[in-house]
Amino acid sequence: MSDLRELYQEVILDHGKSPRNFRVIDDPHHSAEGYNPLCGDEVKLFLKVEGGVVADVGFQGKGCAISTASASMLTEVVVGKTREEVGELLRAFRAMLTAEPGTPPDAAMLGKLAVFSGVCEFPNRVKCASLVWHTLDNALRQTDETATTE
Amino acid sequence: METAVPGKSKLDVAAIREEFPILREKVNGKPLVYLDNGATTQKPQTVIDSITDYYSRFNSNIHRGVHTLSQKATEAYEGSRDKVRAFLNAPRFEEIVFVRGTTEAVNLVARSFVGPRLRPGDEIVVSEMEHHSNIVPWQLLCQETGAVLKVAPFDDRGELDVDAYEKLLGPRTKFVSLVHVSNALGTVNPIECLTEIARARDIPVFVDGAQAAAHQRVDVQAIGCDFYAISGHKVYGPTGIGALYGRHEHLESMVPYQGGGEMIVSVTFEETKYNKVPYKFEAGTPDICGAIGLGAAIDWIESVGIDRIGEYEEDLLEYATRRIGALPGIRIIGTAGRKAGLLSFTIENIHPHDVGTILDQAGIAVRVGHHCAQPVMARFGVPATIRASFALYNTREEVDALVAGVIESQEIFS
Repeated sequence: MSDLRELYQEVILDHGKSPRNFRVIDDPHHSAEGYNPLCGDEVKLFLKVEGGVVADVGFQGKGCAISTASASMLTEVVVGKTREEVGELLRAFRAMLTAEPGTPPDAAMLGKLAVFSGVCEFPNRVKCASLVWHTLDNALRQTDETATTE
Repeated sequence: METAVPGKSKLDVAAIREEFPILREKVNGKPLVYLDNGATTQKPQTVIDSITDYYSRFNSNIHRGVHTLSQKATEAYEGSRDKVRAFLNAPRFEEIVFVRGTTEAVNLVARSFVGPRLRPGDEIVVSEMEHHSNIVPWQLLCQETGAVLKVAPFDDRGELDVDAYEKLLGPRTKFVSLVHVSNALGTVNPIECLTEIARARDIPVFVDGAQAAAHQRVDVQAIGCDFYAISGHKVYGPTGIGALYGRHEHLESMVPYQGGGEMIVSVTFEETKYNKVPYKFEAGTPDICGAIGLGAAIDWIESVGIDRIGEYEEDLLEYATRRIGALPGIRIIGTAGRKAGLLSFTIENIHPHDVGTILDQAGIAVRVGHHCAQPVMARFGVPATIRASFALYNTREEVDALVAGVIESQEIFS
């Protein structure tokens, strides 16, 4: 039960229920789709990049609370960041998801994303949290491929 | 431990549970509540013992050795074939082909029976409630041959529209492939009737029995089908083994599925003579141990009695449907008049994947996802469902645990 509360923290439940920036952006500079064939989670990201930094992000899709909350929070934290900074965040986020349970997250780097640290206790939910980040990576690389969690 | 409903069945479920060592396991600190039997059933000790016994006492290759162990292995392997024959009430021993499972059986029939008979524009009919395994092999065949796949729809309850199915069958229809019991909905199709409609038009019929054989007696002669397939691991046997029943005249007329050892009589570089059926379809050293394990599983089912199993599970499903259905925000997916073995449902505002994790923390194993039946999910407009699927070792107490888990999910997400 404590593990479950660790996973489904209020912040995650809130973003899962009321996702932020759940919208299409017209004429995005970058966009990409992600799909998790295991559970059917789908996400589509739209980005505007101005002056080398992410200016706006929106997403569409359907998925579980973890994947929806992860996408929602991503749209909040990457605005104002350069591609390199987004890359660093992606690496730190992935490291947190795949860390040995009990490892304290890199709170300085991750900020409020540290709320996902409970996911590492649930290996088969890691992909739910990471899907949107892989999709973002693809979008910024501007590949046309659909990101998968495989 | 509840044993059974008085007057309904005499199954001693407590004793049966004792025969399944895995049911003593704890998961996440809780006693295992295994409700994912549609994916695979657990194995009774007698099946596990049959596997250990084979490898410990008479492991050997079959059909070619003159030595004692090879003869013992051959007898056990062929003995299992006859057990499968009796289990499905097939008329002839040679009509049972060992395969890896139902999926391989569909592919075998598609490749060796249907494919060579197809011309561009010919039609194959399946239903809208098929498992992907009974869709994709036909799509592949259609792509290669220019044939067309036609789909018989089902209604809002998950019952096949028999009239629409009948209307689909036309002069170009060369084959019908239908599921007996839907793995996503639990619907039991009126398979005798559906088969008769096709056979009256001289259209051969394949029946996917993967979800049927553990819950009800299968009689291929009563059904009247041309082919019927089962998976061993869904009837308390091991994975990697299954069986295809095919009418003898069809098997005789078919080209081999794979080339290799065992399926030949003689080989020269000029000409190869194929072995007789069913060996023509069993290239290479087969899953001898798997076949023996399947035979042990069938013995075990028969010792309990498939009819008693079906009755007990029907009562359990009725109880689960009533309990889960009484909770707020529940939508049951699949409400056909005749169902077997499983309850598929969604919970308002909670994704099935989240429910799966919460239930798992309580030691409850269910399947969450699209169940390899995405057209079914699309028909109901849901990405996924929660599926509790039952076996004869499940109890009302376990259904109560499921109900408690669903309530806990609703509390977390309230």
